[in-house]
This record gives sequence, C-alpha cells and structure tokens, in this order.
Amino acid sequence: MNELALKELLYKLADDKLIIGHRNSEWTGLGPLLEEDIAFSSMAQDKVGQSQALYQLLHELGEQDPDTVAFMRNAEQFHNCILVELPNGEYDFSLMRHFLFDTAEAIRFDMLTQSSYKPLAELSVKIRAELRYHTLHANTWVKKLGSATEESISRMQSALEAALPYALGIFEESPYEQELIDNGLFAGEKLLQEKWMNEVERILNDTQLRLPAWSDVQPVYGGRVGRHSEHLQPLLDEMSEVFRSDPGAEW
Amino acid sequence: MVLTRQDILTWLDEVKDPEIPVLSLVDLGIITDIAVQGRKVKVEITPTFVGCPALDVMRQEIQQKLLTHGAEEVEVEVNYRQPWSSDRLTEKGRRALKQFGLAPPPMGKVLVEDLDVLAHVACPRCGGTHTELKNPFGPTLCRSIHYCYDCREAFEQFKPV
Repeated sequence: MNELALKELLYKLADDKLIIGHRNSEWTGLGPLLEEDIAFSSMAQDKVGQSQALYQLLHELGEQDPDTVAFMRNAEQFHNCILVELPNGEYDFSLMRHFLFDTAEAIRFDMLTQSSYKPLAELSVKIRAELRYHTLHANTWVKKLGSATEESISRMQSALEAALPYALGIFEESPYEQELIDNGLFAGEKLLQEKWMNEVERILNDTQLRLPAWSDVQPVYGGRVGRHSEHLQPLLDEMSEVFRSDPGAEW
Repeated sequence: MVLTRQDILTWLDEVKDPEIPVLSLVDLGIITDIAVQGRKVKVEITPTFVGCPALDVMRQEIQQKLLTHGAEEVEVEVNYRQPWSSDRLTEKGRRALKQFGLAPPPMGKVLVEDLDVLAHVACPRCGGTHTELKNPFGPTLCRSIHYCYDCREAFEQFKPV
C-alpha cells in the first residue's frame, strides 16, 4: 500500500468536511427559519466531528494531531475542493451547494465502506448513516423550492448554474488516482462522478429546475492540489484565530 | 480482588449519558468490548454520532468510575469496529427514554431511506401517532423534533441511525 496515496485521500476527505462544516456553522443564528438554523448548525457539528475522526486516522499514520492539522496549516496546504470554501451567499446558494456536495458525499462514503483500508471502511459505515440525514434535508428543500414559486424557482436555478462548475471540481483526480483504485483504497473520482450525475438528475427531475448539458459546464479544478480561491485563507484565519493565539492552551 | 467483566458492566451501568441522564452507557449500547487482566481494564467504546461532543466526558467518567471501584489502570479506546446504530439501545434503555419524554427510535431502520420513518413517530406521552415531523435535526445530534396533535405539544425522538 502506498501510504502517500492513502494520506492524500484522507486529507481530501477530512478537509472537505472541515471547511463545509465551518461554512455551515456560519448559518448559526442567521438561518431563515429556526428549523434551518438548527439544521445547518447540526450538519456543521456532524461534519466537523467527522473531519476530526478522519484527521485522527491521519494522526495514527504519523501526521500531527487533529487540532494542529486543522488549525495550523495555510490555504495552499488544504486539499478541499473549491466548492466548499465559497462564501455562503444567500440561502439559495448555500442550499444548492449543500445538495450538490452532500449528494457526492453520500455516494463517496458508500463507496468507501468497501475500502481496503479497514479503519477507513469502518468509519465510513458510520459516516454513511449520518449523511443520510444530510441528503434527506437537502433533497426535501431542493424539491420544495425547486417547484414552489416563480421567485424560488428562479433563485434556485441561478444558484444551480453558479454552483455547478465548482461542483464538478469535487471530482478533480488525485495525483495517486490509479494507485488508489488498484489498491482498492477508493474506487475513484470518475466512477463517483458518474453515480453523482445520475443522482442529481434523478432529484432535479422532480423539480422545475433545468440542468444544463454536462458538456457545457466547465469544471473548476485546483482545490485538491492546494490552488484555492481567495476565499479560503480568510476562512482559515477566522476559524483558527483563537487556537493560534495560544496553541498550547488546555481547554 | 479479581475484577470480572460482569463487575465492569455493572459499574458502567451506573455511568449516565451526560446529555440524557436517564440512560446508562450500557443501555446506550456504546460499550463494544471489555477486556480485564487482573486489575487492568480496557474498555472499547463507539460514539452514537461521530461528532458527539459528550465523548470526552464519557471517557473520563468511565475511567473515574472504574478507578473508584478498584481498577488499577483503565484504558478507554474509541473505535468504529462495531459502529453504533440505534438498534444497539437495550430494552431497558428504550423504556428509560420513553419515561424521560423522548420517543425511542424504531428498530431495524439503521439506514433511513426517507423521512416517512420519522413522519408519524408515536408520541412518548400519549402513544398516539397523530404526529408530525418538525425537524430531522434537534437540540443534540441524536434527536429530531416532532409535534403531537393529540397532546398539542412538541416532543423529541432519539433518531434512528
């Protein structure tokens, strides 16, 4: 087994979760409904918790402890896709991103339950079950707002078009892609993307939203190799401000 | 004195979930293995939710409880070898939840396929199913929020997962 390939995979999984978790938490106190405030806050707690468990797997492979890894790296050391670091925007964009991202997460962790790296496969069984609530939430709202009023449909349509290029960036391949597949660590981004497209089509079919032809959407890559948008570093600065003020503090 | 597995279980049954104080860690089903060697004890636990913030508190309480009862060394390991699902709650735990006012999760719904499973949960107060799901997310990660049209009051469910 190539340990570099495995670590790169784990960093990607954990960083996606930490960053989307932080963005979700920015809805705490600001949700458009109390229920949505609670939903995004709960999903934030799930995601950050899941990232911690994944960083713990990395720690067991010799990387620094979870807090250090989460709070002491700079943007170019993060492997998350750009989609998750984009600002929340309005509720329509947050919701659409949540739908596109968590649809991929649910399939990804379903695939990872078959990983040849046992600790990851075991953790993925657990994460898969928790993600069920996230996709249920996303699907419910996308279906509701995607067929409600003229305004809700047009807002969700704009959000869809804005988010899609970044959503395709989720599937940017790893430098170790073939090794991951050959070693049975992860069945690969191509297969994941194919399954994701089918699922996105299936859900959006129940709405009045129009999915552009996939070939017309230009993927935005770079996040997986540390080339991020200008939005990640400010997020990291804010997230790690307290930790960095006294890294050795006992809480 | 030699410690047995049964001793450990009995003592762990006195340690309560910090977020649901009527439920013991044994009833919660998070204890997945106990190994005793003389007076050294290793307890394996698995969290209800990966992001459960009560995990560290539970770990400390397990250690404290067993040390008080004469264990010399207590190791608590967290792993996902036997991942927690709501089916791991014991019968006694389910009754305790209901008395606490929390609807116990349905059995055998480990992978929730759609919200129907949550749509008409039986109210823990009156037992009626004239209820509605208000939010699949609640005050803690493991609870959802419902409303009972007979009692005309909100209640919470321990979520199936």
